[in-house]
Amino acid sequence: MFSRFLRHPQTLAALSLLLLVALWQLAATLLHSNTLPTPIKVATVLWQAIASGELPYHLGATLLRLISSFTIAMVLGCGIGVLLGRHKTLDAFFDNWLVIFLNVPALVTIILCYVWFGLIEWAAILAVVINKLPNVIVTIREGTRTLNQDLLEMAQSYRFSRRKTFVHVIWPQLHPFVMAATRSGLALIWKIILVVELLGRSNGMGYQLHLFFQLFDVASLLAYTVAFVAVIQLIEVLILKPLDKKAQRWRR
Amino acid sequence: MSSIDIHIANKTFNADGRQHCAIADLQIKIEPNQFVCLVGPSGCGKTTLLNIIAGLDSQFQGQIALTEQARQPQIGYVFQNPRLLPWHTVRENIELVFEHTPPAQLIDSLLAEMQLADVQDVYPQRLSLGMQRRVSIIRAFAINPDILLMDEPFVSLDAPTARQIRNSLQNLWLQRPHTVLFVTHDLREAIALADRLVFLSASPMQVVGDIAVTIDRQQRNDAEQIEQFRQHLLQHFPAINSLL
Repeated sequence: MFSRFLRHPQTLAALSLLLLVALWQLAATLLHSNTLPTPIKVATVLWQAIASGELPYHLGATLLRLISSFTIAMVLGCGIGVLLGRHKTLDAFFDNWLVIFLNVPALVTIILCYVWFGLIEWAAILAVVINKLPNVIVTIREGTRTLNQDLLEMAQSYRFSRRKTFVHVIWPQLHPFVMAATRSGLALIWKIILVVELLGRSNGMGYQLHLFFQLFDVASLLAYTVAFVAVIQLIEVLILKPLDKKAQRWRR
Repeated sequence: MSSIDIHIANKTFNADGRQHCAIADLQIKIEPNQFVCLVGPSGCGKTTLLNIIAGLDSQFQGQIALTEQARQPQIGYVFQNPRLLPWHTVRENIELVFEHTPPAQLIDSLLAEMQLADVQDVYPQRLSLGMQRRVSIIRAFAINPDILLMDEPFVSLDAPTARQIRNSLQNLWLQRPHTVLFVTHDLREAIALADRLVFLSASPMQVVGDIAVTIDRQQRNDAEQIEQFRQHLLQHFPAINSLL
């Protein structure tokens, strides 16, 4: 009976999470050090940070940057990716640029943006976009290259308008690639955003984490991390999963 | 209703860096509302010819004149593979080819004629190949095309299914006649459907025979009649043998 109980994926996930917290508690009790606070201590700090409005403010600032830079990178990346995927000459010409931008370290772009444009908000966003954009372009370009020629011919012979062809023939084929770019994009962007904030902003998660580092406040650091991971999980469960499900409903 | 004047002086492919001539000096004139079967060995360039007529391939020398007053003729194309959009249901696939509001009644009656009314809200990948083929035939018929191009639409179907779809196709065509170009390498099928058979040679493709089918439309279901006509053809035009 217990094994049947275990087979439920949700129970399994809850159990594994519980085990992680228990291990954490055990280690904290054994070490008895300020550098590893107990889960209960972290939960208390988390609650206080939420109640004081400090965490929502900084988390909000980071999320706002995440949304704006993500949107810009995705829209531009999809457009350029489709263009490069459809035109061989353009692709051959700009391929080197892509390789170069893919390999410039994130830290370099961030520093350069701040040096050239100053420690301002849109320089921060620009730095994130420049880091993310090449990834989106490459993924969408691959997707465009695999577009089904038969279906495009069908659309042409039935005189589909450009818009109709894009919405009904091209976009559904690109969807898995867009989802892949979205997932890898979110993971990449939020890591870069923290660095951007740490280096040149006076609010946001990165700024706060830097502050806690200087104060050696590990409890707050962990509390902010928990909040951040929870938000990213929520985005996955509430937005990405349903989008996936809707787009996959026709598959056998 | 549209006539088709085909004149292709030259159509070449680039295969492994070498120029391969697929069609050379091909001339066919097709009358309005004629049902023409193009019969020839596989690989002789029949699909290429249909693609040129449909405007999908413009890399050739010559010209295709589609006569239709004051507007571009509507073309319905039934491809060799059904080419349905897998993310749309059967009905959505049919409705999508209309520029404006799709005619619900017409689509209903076509779905009923092809015995697909029950599956109109199903996604194509859940259907058998035969059913998908029927959907693609409805899609081509629904727009009431001036010209209907069909590229071996019944290939790889079992005989009863093929016969059933063929009958439906004939019924639909009799109700709403239009110019049809039907590619096949099955001579019996061609005789059962066509007003006129055009035999094509292996590449470079040329017309090697152009024969009217004289069997009355009412008797096209009679296998014996078809067989008689086929024997008659093979006796009188022995050149056909090498094409089949």
